Amino acid sequence: MAQAVKKKVEGPSADKVHVWPYLVRLEFMCAIICMIVLTVWSIVIDAPLEEAANPTKTPNPSKAPWYFLGLQDILVYFDPWFAGVVAPSLIIVGLMLIPYLDVNPKGNGYYTYAERKVAIWVYCFGFLVLWIALIIMGVFLRGPGWNLFMPWEYWDPHKVVALTNVDLPYAFGIRTYNAAMIFGGLVVGGYFVLGAMVYFFMERKALKNVGFLRMFLKIQLLLIMVGIVVKIVLRLGFNIKYVWVTPWFNI
Amino acid sequence: MDQIKSGKIFSELAKAVTESQVWMSSFRHGYADTPRNRVLQIASNVWLHLHPVKIQRHALRIKFTWCMGGITFLMFLVTVVTGVVLMFYYRPVGEYAYYDMKYLQYDVPFGMLMRNMHRWAAHSMVITVWLHMFRVFLTGSYKAPREFNWVIGVFLVTFTLLLSFTGYLLPWDQLSMWAVTVGTNMARATPFLGHEGPFAEFVGVSPRYDARSVLLGGSLVGPPALLRFYVLHCIFIPLVAGALMIVHFWRIRKDGGISGPL
Ligand code: HEM
Repeated sequence: MAQAVKKKVEGPSADKVHVWPYLVRLEFMCAIICMIVLTVWSIVIDAPLEEAANPTKTPNPSKAPWYFLGLQDILVYFDPWFAGVVAPSLIIVGLMLIPYLDVNPKGNGYYTYAERKVAIWVYCFGFLVLWIALIIMGVFLRGPGWNLFMPWEYWDPHKVVALTNVDLPYAFGIRTYNAAMIFGGLVVGGYFVLGAMVYFFMERKALKNVGFLRMFLKIQLLLIMVGIVVKIVLRLGFNIKYVWVTPWFNI
Repeated sequence: MDQIKSGKIFSELAKAVTESQVWMSSFRHGYADTPRNRVLQIASNVWLHLHPVKIQRHALRIKFTWCMGGITFLMFLVTVVTGVVLMFYYRPVGEYAYYDMKYLQYDVPFGMLMRNMHRWAAHSMVITVWLHMFRVFLTGSYKAPREFNWVIGVFLVTFTLLLSFTGYLLPWDQLSMWAVTVGTNMARATPFLGHEGPFAEFVGVSPRYDARSVLLGGSLVGPPALLRFYVLHCIFIPLVAGALMIVHFWRIRKDGGISGPL
């Protein structure tokens, strides 16, 4: 921080250096080191090639490429239309919106935690936990039947995992289809409406500066991200399969 | 003889070379370390001119950029070069693809090395682009005036993943076929457009005619899918990603260089 203040006094053009040689030589060194590492790595470790593709022989487990295993893991908790299509689309759109939703002018061009705590927490949670940690779990701990295996456990393809999941309305004692549908809709809708209302109430002073649309999009995206975690907790902790069942889709 | 003994011949020779028409038409300025030449090295060189001639000193700090954008680009270049070599030997046809891989690995000189470098560079690129993005987030470099370059970046990370994913199918072995099956199965759950997706019944899509079959050229991962992924992998996505990278680099300059605490 002290450094930042000092720079301000000096002015932007005070401390400029020539790109040749100062930057180009760094880039060159960096490239050489990377090429050496990559070449050695490529000499030592061979790319995998299994037996020829065979559409009649499904491996168990079938895994997507490792960088998509976070999404594949979400499939345990959500139907494919969400985990495989809507969630990735929302990730892409949400990432693109970041610069337009985060209007905090501080922390532009230097590392700081103190000046943008919430932003850093949200990004780190999304990236390190929901993306990276799930990938690591998907690569190393998911075995046959997409069941969890500890690293020292044998990948038993016949491992039986009791599925006693019920839908949320059922857990609340609702037995008819239509009532369950309405109940589920109220829970999901209520989550988003109430969440937004609480947020707008707590941040009511910011409304004038930040604007309604910005705050609305921000809280909806956040609620979706938190909602994914809520669903995971509901499934793992309370054996809830779906919260909302409709003739068209289930959540 | 005198000239050789005194070493004068070398300077004579150097002079003859550097003042020849061939030399002077290729290199437009001297190499002496003068401020003017430092500027010209960048400004008159087509490969280097995407750089500004001068930058803020703090932009040199590896601790700030982690050098990750540059490494991502380097990995991309490696896949381009090794990929061209692989293309000489590989045919994206159901009957040949797998055996061309075997041929590459066991008979083509340096074939295995080319394949390894291509694959590991591609995987590295996925990791470094995530780290680059993480760094850009942590330094808040997406804030004004760099919002647009962040958006370009999100396109780039998407295309990087798609490049890697389309390439994953090409070895045409069990690993690739089933990974791509798992991945593309998601497309049939696309709302409205996939035959198992929500509201599909209102659109009238079928297993043979929906989002997934457009992607695969059929209802399963077969030879038409191989050809499609090959064309996307070798032509379409690299062209788009390459164009976006040029825009990305251009915008870094136009947004005032690497962000800094000013
Ligand atoms: C193929 C992928 C990419 C390549 C080759 C690339 C390359 C680069 C390079 C060489 C820089 C210069 C500074 C540095 O090295 O850190 C840079 C800066 C930048 N990149 Fe990327 N990038 C890519 C993807 C992305 C992504 C995914 C994002 C964000 C979503 C992004 C956003 C930015 C921004 C905002 C800057 C300016 C940073 C600053 O001013 O401090 N880029 N990029």
